[in-house]
Amino acid sequence: MSTKAKSSLFLQGAVDSSPLILAAIPFGLIFGALAITTGLSAWATLSMSLFVFAGASQFIAVSLLASATALPVILLTVFVVNLRHMLYAASLMPQVENLPQKFRLPMAFWLTDETFAVVSNQVARNDDTSGLHWYFLGSALAMYTVWATCTVIGIIMGQQIPDIASWGLDVAMLVGFIGIIVPNLKFRADWACAATAMFSTLITYQWANQTGLLFSSFLAISVAVLLDKRVQPGLEQNHE
Amino acid sequence: MNEWLLIAAMTVLTFTPRYLPFGLAGKVKIPPILERALTYVPIAVLTSIITQSSLIREGELAIDLANNHLLAVLAAFVSALISRRLFVIVTVGLTTFIVAKLLL
Repeated sequence: MSTKAKSSLFLQGAVDSSPLILAAIPFGLIFGALAITTGLSAWATLSMSLFVFAGASQFIAVSLLASATALPVILLTVFVVNLRHMLYAASLMPQVENLPQKFRLPMAFWLTDETFAVVSNQVARNDDTSGLHWYFLGSALAMYTVWATCTVIGIIMGQQIPDIASWGLDVAMLVGFIGIIVPNLKFRADWACAATAMFSTLITYQWANQTGLLFSSFLAISVAVLLDKRVQPGLEQNHE
Repeated sequence: MNEWLLIAAMTVLTFTPRYLPFGLAGKVKIPPILERALTYVPIAVLTSIITQSSLIREGELAIDLANNHLLAVLAAFVSALISRRLFVIVTVGLTTFIVAKLLL
């Protein structure tokens, strides 16, 4: 593949990702400001965006830090939240199996909800996916640059406006999560999963160290899997 | 708590699940039941986080109209049933939050 074709795919990946990247800008700003007001140092805040590079995990870590959660619980929660990336990566396995490790490593590091959405859409629309890694890297690098930049601006905002934490900026993250989840509630199992998670959280919120969050998540996933007819196609007639 | 220990551990715990399938591509296949269970992770975890941060404020159940976070989340939920666009949902939620904060 020519250098021109590679850079064209790289650029296309970045351009196709731009709507999702724009939507991530407020989250980057709020993350930076929230982390600073939670007590994380400026360098640690920026390092988290540069090395962890996972919006949901970063927010969860910072909000759990704010409620003085024990380190093992934070890490276990982060790991559970990241399990969805494993599914994303698993679904792209056919596209990467012929790539050398020097491509697989950065692609894995930069795998986000946004890049996965754009890349899997590209796979669905095109029969020929040669050079897909250039498209992936274009999307990912654009996302990475914007995320790091917004974190820095957020850090400055958090330092200049110390009471920014009392503005309730975390509400932007909550409505953002609503915007990600609700359009994906399509089947009975999805609704049951959300409802179980909500009621179980209301019952277990006094449990120490946010263990109620983990318990509720596992309970909700179990309920959803039991109701999911796609799990046991042979038993379909026994349900409903 | 050592913040650098937190970041180092988070880096490993974030990179590993992202890389594992890529590293094993062409060699193994995950069991279908686990694959399905993983698809419910975002709904389960994010719903629990939303519930914790909107229905529970400062360690107490706060199911009342003075809870601006709850009002914003409810408005976002209703708008998400009508429009599926993230931008619209976030705008409705944030506008509700600001109006509630100014008026109530």
